[in-house]
Amino acid sequence: MTAPEKAAAPTGRTPDDAAASRVAVLLRARELGIVLALGALVAVTAAINPRFLSAQSVRDLALGAAILVVLAVGQTVVVITRNIDLSVGSVLGLSAFATGSLLQAAPGTPVVVALLVGTLVGGLCGLVNGALVRFGNVPALVVTLGTLYVYRGVCFFWAGGQQINADELPPAFLAFGTATVLGVPWLLLIALAVVLVAGYALRNYRSGRELYAMGSHPQAAVLAGVPVGRRLLAAFAVSGALAGLAGVLFAARFGTVDAASGTGDELDVVAAVVVGGVAVFGGSGTVYGAAIGALLLTTIGSALPVLAIDQFWQGAIVGALILAAIGTDRAVAARVAARLRRREAHHG
Amino acid sequence: MSTEQAPRLAVRAVTKSFGAVAAVREVSLDLHAGEVHALVGENGAGKSTVVKMLAGVHRPDSGTIELDGRALTLDGPAAAIAAGIAVIYQEPTLFPDLTVAENVVMGRQPRRSLRRVDRPAMNALAAGFFTRLGVAIDPDRPARGLSIADQQIVEIAKALSLDARVIVMDEPTAALSPVEVERLFAVARALRDGGAALLFISHRFEEITALCQRVTVLRDGALVSSDPIEDLTVDEMVRRMVGRPLSTLFPKRDVPAGDVLLAVRDLGRRGVFSEVSFEVRAGEIVALAGLVGAGRSEVVRAVFGVDPRDTGVVRVGGRELRAGDPRAAMAAGVALVPEDRRQQGLVLEASVARNATTTRWRSLARFGLLLGGAERRAAREWTARLQTKYADLDDPVSRLSGGNQQKVVLAKWLSTAPRVLIVDEPTRGIDVATKAEVHRLMSDLAAEGVAVLMVSSELPEVLGMADRVLVMREGRLVAEIPRERADEESVMRAATGQGAAA
Repeated sequence: MTAPEKAAAPTGRTPDDAAASRVAVLLRARELGIVLALGALVAVTAAINPRFLSAQSVRDLALGAAILVVLAVGQTVVVITRNIDLSVGSVLGLSAFATGSLLQAAPGTPVVVALLVGTLVGGLCGLVNGALVRFGNVPALVVTLGTLYVYRGVCFFWAGGQQINADELPPAFLAFGTATVLGVPWLLLIALAVVLVAGYALRNYRSGRELYAMGSHPQAAVLAGVPVGRRLLAAFAVSGALAGLAGVLFAARFGTVDAASGTGDELDVVAAVVVGGVAVFGGSGTVYGAAIGALLLTTIGSALPVLAIDQFWQGAIVGALILAAIGTDRAVAARVAARLRRREAHHG
Repeated sequence: MSTEQAPRLAVRAVTKSFGAVAAVREVSLDLHAGEVHALVGENGAGKSTVVKMLAGVHRPDSGTIELDGRALTLDGPAAAIAAGIAVIYQEPTLFPDLTVAENVVMGRQPRRSLRRVDRPAMNALAAGFFTRLGVAIDPDRPARGLSIADQQIVEIAKALSLDARVIVMDEPTAALSPVEVERLFAVARALRDGGAALLFISHRFEEITALCQRVTVLRDGALVSSDPIEDLTVDEMVRRMVGRPLSTLFPKRDVPAGDVLLAVRDLGRRGVFSEVSFEVRAGEIVALAGLVGAGRSEVVRAVFGVDPRDTGVVRVGGRELRAGDPRAAMAAGVALVPEDRRQQGLVLEASVARNATTTRWRSLARFGLLLGGAERRAAREWTARLQTKYADLDDPVSRLSGGNQQKVVLAKWLSTAPRVLIVDEPTRGIDVATKAEVHRLMSDLAAEGVAVLMVSSELPEVLGMADRVLVMREGRLVAEIPRERADEESVMRAATGQGAAA
């Protein structure tokens, strides 16, 4: 081993120790459990029906997961701060309808502009959520439950029962929904980019770390001088913007938009985030975990028919996964607390 | 010598009120570079409020805070941090999910290109502080699971990373062992010799005399004195902290004690309290005194069964109570009036009638339904007996004054006709007139043969009402003082561990 010995000097660890601890960290990581679950699910399903891994099937799965992944990343940013955004399904619907209307009125609009408009609409909705939570001093659960209905209501009022069909949307936009780069669908690439950028920012920027701090111990964050109000607004704006982006992806993928698009998605998103190991009490979890959680939920959805398991079981399985994820959280927390108490008893 | 210079930090006549209560009135304080300044006072004397003003958490209603002669506007914790004022709280304020290094430099992480956090530099920085402090804490481990002492060290590392010129320590030693206290003091002295100005808050006089050069005494939110430590004996400090005449606030009646109604033996809860044994007889009022954090509330909560207990036996009238079963305690005739009435004693949005009868819904209900009549009758009877002032029984209890809210809590428990009444801080935050009424009530109940156990941080109340005073310190019962021998100094000394109780 030629690694410079001095690199590990400050903590007094040898490189071997460091490597070993890195492996240990990897093993302990919350994400590993869901990766294993996902692997097992795919393996079993493919063993029973090899067509599950056909190119077409995998592509469908990826497209289906892409939208949920984008939503889950936004939700993670909010949940990390010990808040929640239940309005994402409605924001997705509003953004999808707004983008659809724009493209209907101006078919020449480039796809990039459509993406930006949708993101902007969502971002504004998110900003409203954040402002209500920050200045109204109302729990996010209540605020976003309210805006869930408000945004959906706005959408219905605007649509007035009308539906935007595929033949009213520009062909370039519809093509974007299925286009691929080197065989990888655009939608999936966008979702991946969102995951990587958000994951990197949350880990490597002060503002990202401050979001974790806020969720980990809200009062301590205030005392540490974290600009809590600004960060809160930003977190909700990001969640809204990503829901808006997901709305454009939704319109491109399905080609048909009505006022009810995305209804009920918020629960799938929260489920994906929780299953992905993001603690509901904030402070821990990663967007990578949430993305894998979204992928797992989507895979369950398409694996069950292949396995000839009644569709009704899907809800029960997702529910069991959520309970297992939360159970793990509590068990870990209780063990740590017990250990701490024992240690203090020693001191006393 | 350093007092000749201009102070590093000067607090000038600050006042802070919360609602109608003045927590701090016209307090002034000078902190000098190279000096450790002690701030002492009873619980509720306003120490924490002063600390919070320095931390930028509260803004003074009037008065100024000056740093090096220039007035500071501390409109938030960020402003205090920017001014170089670091505050170390009794309860460490760490982020359990983040690494130790991140905790040290949150918001001020070293950065590399593209403004990204430089983790290796951050860890090296934190490791450097820990080396300076002479401890081995891995900067890359999460803060969750650190011992209180290590958490305190991380807080100090935070202050170092700020290059703090003023360091405030709010009871940092409360949860530390003697060895850890010594280590903390070594660090504090090093910081002082490095030219920082320290404000040190503690209830332990031996710590104050060992570490501090100057001591300021607060009482009831006002400044009593500020002297060099040599000019003040411990006795004098205690006298200035408590010095307050006992009035007729305490209508204590002499009642012959009857049978033992509550017997507690070897009660313990890991890491909270241990080996607590005592008895309360019928007709007796026993006070549980001690400093905040000594474990008094935890003991009575464990007796009642709201909190678990790890060891020990609780007997009521000779019958053993099951651990962790408040219903069994209530059935055996125990009532607990909790410390925090707004959080634990009342459903603030619910009506006066509802609140006054919650403990008796079972007996008041007909066929499982709680109909208005019986509930209102019971509520009216008890609120009248306690002279509770309210506009309408259907008003939400949150509309009542603090004293009347406390009476509703009392009504709710007294209506169960308890044999053992446990009250935790029964008169906190209520006006003098209501205080006297609550005291009269306790006295009457004792005369009727109820065993009363009272947790109180107010020394006059303890001395005025109790037949016996049990003193707790750091999770243990350290003294039992009968009424004749209980005075402010003996209780204070036992509570702070200053020599044996007289």
